[in-house]
Amino acid sequence: MIAIIDYNAGNIKSVANALERLGCSYTLTSDPEVIRKAEKVILPGVGAASEAMADLEAKGLIPVIRSLRQPVLGICVGLQVLCRDSEEGDVRCIGIFDSHVRRFQPSAEAKVPHMGWNAIGNCDSKLLKGIDGGSFVYFVHSYYPTLCPDTIATCRHGREMFSAALKYENFYGTQFHPEKSGSIGEHILRNFISL
Amino acid sequence: MVAKRIIPCLDVKDGQVVKGINFLGLKEVGDAVEMGRKYSEDGADELVYLDISATHEGRRTFVSLVERISSVINIPFTVGGGISSLSDAARLLDAGADKISINSAAIANPELIGEIASHYGSQFVVVAIDAKKLDGRWTATTHGGRVPTDRELFEWAREAQERGAGEILFTSMDHDGTKAGYPCDVYASLCDSLSIPVIASGGAGNIGHIADVLTLGKADAALAASIFHYNEIPIPVLKQELVGRGINVRL
Repeated sequence: MIAIIDYNAGNIKSVANALERLGCSYTLTSDPEVIRKAEKVILPGVGAASEAMADLEAKGLIPVIRSLRQPVLGICVGLQVLCRDSEEGDVRCIGIFDSHVRRFQPSAEAKVPHMGWNAIGNCDSKLLKGIDGGSFVYFVHSYYPTLCPDTIATCRHGREMFSAALKYENFYGTQFHPEKSGSIGEHILRNFISL
Repeated sequence: MVAKRIIPCLDVKDGQVVKGINFLGLKEVGDAVEMGRKYSEDGADELVYLDISATHEGRRTFVSLVERISSVINIPFTVGGGISSLSDAARLLDAGADKISINSAAIANPELIGEIASHYGSQFVVVAIDAKKLDGRWTATTHGGRVPTDRELFEWAREAQERGAGEILFTSMDHDGTKAGYPCDVYASLCDSLSIPVIASGGAGNIGHIADVLTLGKADAALAASIFHYNEIPIPVLKQELVGRGINVRL
């Protein structure tokens, strides 16, 4: 059973639907006991990192997330709250990944939000097993996690190279949306399920 | 770099795709979910579903259709048509839509853009603008181009961006349906004046037109309906051709 953490994070339904398409059982929950006992945990998220942090705090979930030892996957803002801090609302985050979340500077060749399909490279993790460099995945974000020793895949938007995916011990994160990334995304979710 | 996107648009009435549809065994009226799935398998980068139902009942059917689309389709999709309040947008988000598109409601009530964006993020809000050239001025229109407004295209797009729109979907009503190509110079100026992505819509008759609007017109995405529905330009052929012309698309 996978626990999808439910904390007003916007469209968590797409993540649930994606697991359903893969025939994987899941539960939407904000109950610390259910989350601790789950085989795996997904932390979804859209919107602002500062609001996501406030919602997680209000539900008392931050120490729960920190204490998890099973595989955890943060998606988009769910990844960002696992970083050290975010410029979005200037907020200190949970600090699992050694990465900072910064705002993209718009330019002629790099519009903000970074929206659409972009290629990832330097894929190096069980989570991305079977995914070739140059594979396209779907991104929607205005803030990005910097490169760091936890980076397991990179992506470029304009002049900025950033972490497309991160891993630290049992924690994984994708800045892109595997649940919206067609068959490549399904492959990555399947990898996560079988970790 | 982020790839240029190809987006089929499906008009839906009472849960069914309308406009003559004639490909791969689908009849005049197609099943919205099946068509979406087929397009996504063919390599469409996103889908847009526009609800053209005029009735309350039709709108309710659309929400349940959005739920079915969301459970089947594994690429992003935008829904539009008849969204005039935050609660309309919320209903569609809850049903699983990735983005909503607002058009005349945004012109009537520009604050709606910021209201939806502040609740659900800019990435959720596409502002669609149907404009035509009147007395040398690109004028936003409503009612399928029939009713001009006092909004000028460039100013309105800029205001929409400042109010929190995440993308602009611009259709030239002078080119829509002509299959004679897009006004690439207008798109290029619009793209240069904005920092958010622009989707080009209306006017494509061949692959060259789409290539032009994505290069000369600097558009981030091209949206079309009939050329895909009638299979005049199959998406895999289009994408191969675009790659051959050096355009970055997802294969």
